[in-house]
Amino acid sequence: MIRECARAAAAVIALIAGSAQAADHFIVVQSTTSTQNSGLFDAILPWFEAESGIDVRVVAVGTGHAIRNARNGDGDVLLVHAKLAEEAFVAEGWGVLRQDVMYNDFVIVGPTGDPAGIRKGTDAVAALTMIAQAEAVFVSRGDDSGTHKAELHQWVRAGVDVAQASGGWYRETGSGMGATLNVAAGMGAYTLTDRATWLAFGNASGLEVLVEGDPRLFNQYGVILVNPEKHPSVRAEAGQRFIDWLVGPDGQAAIASYKLGGEQLFFPNAR
Amino acid sequence: MQDFTQEFIIALKLVGTGDPELWAIVLLSLKVSVLAVIISALIGMPLGAGLAVGRFPGRRVLIVLINALMGLPPVVVGLLVYLMLSRSGPLGVLQLLYTPTAMIIAQVVLVTPIIAALTRQVVEMLATEYDEQLRSLGVSRLSSVPVLLWDGRLALMTALLAGFGRAIAEVGAVIIVGGNINHVTRVMTTTIALETSKGNLALALALGAILISLAVSVTGAVSVLSLRGERQGVGHA
Repeated sequence: MIRECARAAAAVIALIAGSAQAADHFIVVQSTTSTQNSGLFDAILPWFEAESGIDVRVVAVGTGHAIRNARNGDGDVLLVHAKLAEEAFVAEGWGVLRQDVMYNDFVIVGPTGDPAGIRKGTDAVAALTMIAQAEAVFVSRGDDSGTHKAELHQWVRAGVDVAQASGGWYRETGSGMGATLNVAAGMGAYTLTDRATWLAFGNASGLEVLVEGDPRLFNQYGVILVNPEKHPSVRAEAGQRFIDWLVGPDGQAAIASYKLGGEQLFFPNAR
Repeated sequence: MQDFTQEFIIALKLVGTGDPELWAIVLLSLKVSVLAVIISALIGMPLGAGLAVGRFPGRRVLIVLINALMGLPPVVVGLLVYLMLSRSGPLGVLQLLYTPTAMIIAQVVLVTPIIAALTRQVVEMLATEYDEQLRSLGVSRLSSVPVLLWDGRLALMTALLAGFGRAIAEVGAVIIVGGNINHVTRVMTTTIALETSKGNLALALALGAILISLAVSVTGAVSVLSLRGERQGVGHA
């Protein structure tokens, strides 16, 4: 009864709002802030949409949040960057198959003054150890995103218990990468960021890349179709078509062609 | 700061020159918030008037509750509406998540208490004022509601504007249930949040200026209409 009333009310609202529900030719992609903030989707999606006639609607949140949304069935395709969490998502049956799409890397950025003296380092663990010893302010995403997971992993390697320092020199913003970079810029603090968001970031005043090139800062993105057996509402056919395009020659070429200031942001590596 | 001022002026020019994408975003903002206010008024005004003239047990508790709900945190409303509309939620079959309709629903939840509480106040004052008059005419309390609403229409306009202000400025709820999807659910506030997170602070501020002018224009237009109504002597004296 309640559900029927709600359905009727929603239908009325939908009618006056003219929501595009009738046109079923779209998919919802749960993805990360880095792919959106870097401008990648704006650059490559029109190619796929023109070729397929399928509208791709991107919801950009942190990886952890995106995975939870996909688990709830609120998306057809998941495109994130936390391989272990993605494999768990598939292993638990929420996703059909995980495929590599592209990679770039994480870098440690910090104030030009560099109070912890980490400049020109290529070893993330050594740099983080120096930051911890100097108790220089480090801003963390703190939001269970792919970047946050990668950062925590490096702290564990460095043997630093950041939970002890939380609220002291270690500040968790609980926000997206861009918002966190804004905080780092405002406080003159260090942070770990994916290179794409960094390159596209417009408020980098006073910050610069201090540590890069550590092979452990590799940042792999993967794509997964949400399992239609778990959620029959999943637009499996259109979603699969998007995935096939993304890992196929056309999608891979589109990703490789996206450059900002002459620099390539993502490197395709689908098999 | 000098750089920022220049950037801001460039951004203002950019958004002022009628970029069609920007106008689509402005129009969606208006559409969502205006519809939310209309629906909230249809629910909130009768509710507020009923609370003003009705006499039933629990009335005072309800009034306190409605007043308190004026301060509902948008992010909590967004989360609740998300949980309802999610595929895994009770209303998931409606397929409303990440649509403008979902955003309207969230804003209705936020705005209805504001309109109901302010309506209750206006109508209660008028009912007290006209109590004897209405009684001498033999009008029952409940059937006096339309008269009182009509008589208080100028004051009720302020209630609608308060609701509109809440809706158009709100980001916490619409970003969760709308998903800030480009060309589908991206509105002014979520665009400002996005540009801020991209570090495009000057552009974000320029968009903010547009949003503020929009709110000022709507409020101004309504005020002018109300004043004209008052001058023509149809308002509440």
